[in-house]
Amino acid sequence: MVPPATFTSYYGRPIVKAAPWQSDIPAYLFLGGLAAGSSLLAAGADLMNLPELRRVARIGALFGAAAGSAALIHDLGRPARFLNMMRTAKPTSPMSVGTWILTTFGPLAGMAGAAEVAALLPFRIPIAGRLLDAAARPAGLLAAALAPGLASYTGVLLADTATPAWHAAHRELPLVFVGSAAAAAGGLGMVGARLSETTPARRMAVGGAVLAFTMELQMERSMGLSAETLHSGKAGRLFNASRGLSIAGAVGTVALGGRNRIAAAMSGAALLAGSVCTRFAIFEAGQASARDPRYTVIPQRERVTRS
Amino acid sequence: MHGWSTAADPARDTGWSEAPARKGFFTDGSVCIGCKACEVACKEWNGIPEDGLQMLGMSYDNTGGLGASTWRHVAFIEQPRRPVGAGSLTPLPLVAATHGQEAGGDPGSGFKPDYSASAGASSGPQDTAAGSAETGIRWLMSSDVCKHCTHAACLDVCPTGALMRTEFGTVVVQDDVCNGCGYCIPACPFGVIDRREGPAGARNVGIAQKCTLCYDRLRDGMSPACAQACPTQSIQYGDLDELRARANHRVEELHAAGVADARLYGADPDDGIGGAGAFFLLLDEPEVYGLPPDPVVTTRDLPAMWRTAAIAGATLLAGAAAAFVKARS
Repeated sequence: MVPPATFTSYYGRPIVKAAPWQSDIPAYLFLGGLAAGSSLLAAGADLMNLPELRRVARIGALFGAAAGSAALIHDLGRPARFLNMMRTAKPTSPMSVGTWILTTFGPLAGMAGAAEVAALLPFRIPIAGRLLDAAARPAGLLAAALAPGLASYTGVLLADTATPAWHAAHRELPLVFVGSAAAAAGGLGMVGARLSETTPARRMAVGGAVLAFTMELQMERSMGLSAETLHSGKAGRLFNASRGLSIAGAVGTVALGGRNRIAAAMSGAALLAGSVCTRFAIFEAGQASARDPRYTVIPQRERVTRS
Repeated sequence: MHGWSTAADPARDTGWSEAPARKGFFTDGSVCIGCKACEVACKEWNGIPEDGLQMLGMSYDNTGGLGASTWRHVAFIEQPRRPVGAGSLTPLPLVAATHGQEAGGDPGSGFKPDYSASAGASSGPQDTAAGSAETGIRWLMSSDVCKHCTHAACLDVCPTGALMRTEFGTVVVQDDVCNGCGYCIPACPFGVIDRREGPAGARNVGIAQKCTLCYDRLRDGMSPACAQACPTQSIQYGDLDELRARANHRVEELHAAGVADARLYGADPDDGIGGAGAFFLLLDEPEVYGLPPDPVVTTRDLPAMWRTAAIAGATLLAGAAAAFVKARS
């Protein structure tokens, strides 16, 4: 596709408005994905009796859900009204769907995570501690059942807008995001658990990184003109960093992740950082595509000309 | 063309059992004189705070665009006059109007457009809207506003239900419900709605704001403030069906007079938003006025997006399960 050399706009002003969201939202994209991937890893580790991996993953899911929820509430124009999200359930609103997934997932993952935190304390909590222990497995498994929804809906959340770069990526964003979630969760497992227990974490990390990488390639083709925004400015720097960190992390995982504890932890950390950069890069690319009217006008003008 | 079922009556489709005829605006850019009375009337009636007093260097436009505290915005474009034959050289005729009669009866808004009254001449050439031979430019002016879409993305994506469809078929934010999540803002294909960020202490700071089509006035049987204040009847309020008929007639009239550039924007129920409740007569391409050339409601693709999400979720679940196959070393 050769975009027209010129296009018309009203004094270069944007047509669509960029989302009023600050870094809370891309941070949540990462934290929610980390929580979802970790809860799956925790459920598997629980069933396969890998206690150290289970502990890291459950605490990761607890942290991701709690910090992610805090970021979402903080980003509201009226944080005190966050409960208004619960007055309706709307399938036409990915944010409504996601709110319900997160508010169900959060307490379940929280219970499983709290059981692990309680076990780390130097003393036993009477009664409540034993209830928590008993609830940890069913709660963790239920959280894992919701995890696929939690990891994938955020792709729809961004794509279901008039923001050119996000909407044009709607066929790939959920797949990129679940790949990024798996890479982050696997990375966390590699950072926190002993080598003998991290085989599933390493597989999940590498599988996720490969999925995200390949879907990003396809996404750039789907995005057409707006793919430019992934390669310039702040979004471009973040996207390059995400690529570099994810590839380094995945290669490190395959080469040394099963043999050297320090190399495994470093690879895991690189994958976590790569996932953060992926989310921020895609977020910033969308914002840049909304601020420049060329990404709104040119594709629409071409559509009009074709029809 | 976009495959939508034509929802002629969004109010009833939303569940209003007794709804009046759908109301809207027809904003006729060919008779706009750029006085900004609509902007002022809107601010005054709706108690909207000040949102910037800068010189923007955009012709006579120091408003900039629609936003949380600007619900009417008059665009000013100064164009070099086009060569003869391009269609726009002929100054716009302000022909004695007969619109309204064709549509069959009273629109209920209490007035009929009367172009002759505003022009002071029944059919003579008129330089104000079309440009003047002396300056060598043509002026384009048009008052932008929320489109009150048939398929409204802002309303679809709102997670609290703060955005609602009124009995008049318009789209309104319930100020006491909105929690300022901001999702409606990138969802709008026109960049209309925005979150009010200031000034500190002003009403409704932190929540989404946009044109209500003067819901309060409509419920009392009055016209919206902007339409009431417009001195040239460039902004016409009424029943949408009647406004569309009137607008089609106006375009025919302009074409017959040689203004080949005249076209309607947002009047087609088969467009990407199912037709706008507030539509326009423009004298150039929409993007010249800062409007998207082919807006499509983003939620049209939502079923496909949910399918992709389901595939992605299943992939994650299967991948996680596979990661544990023979995982104990």
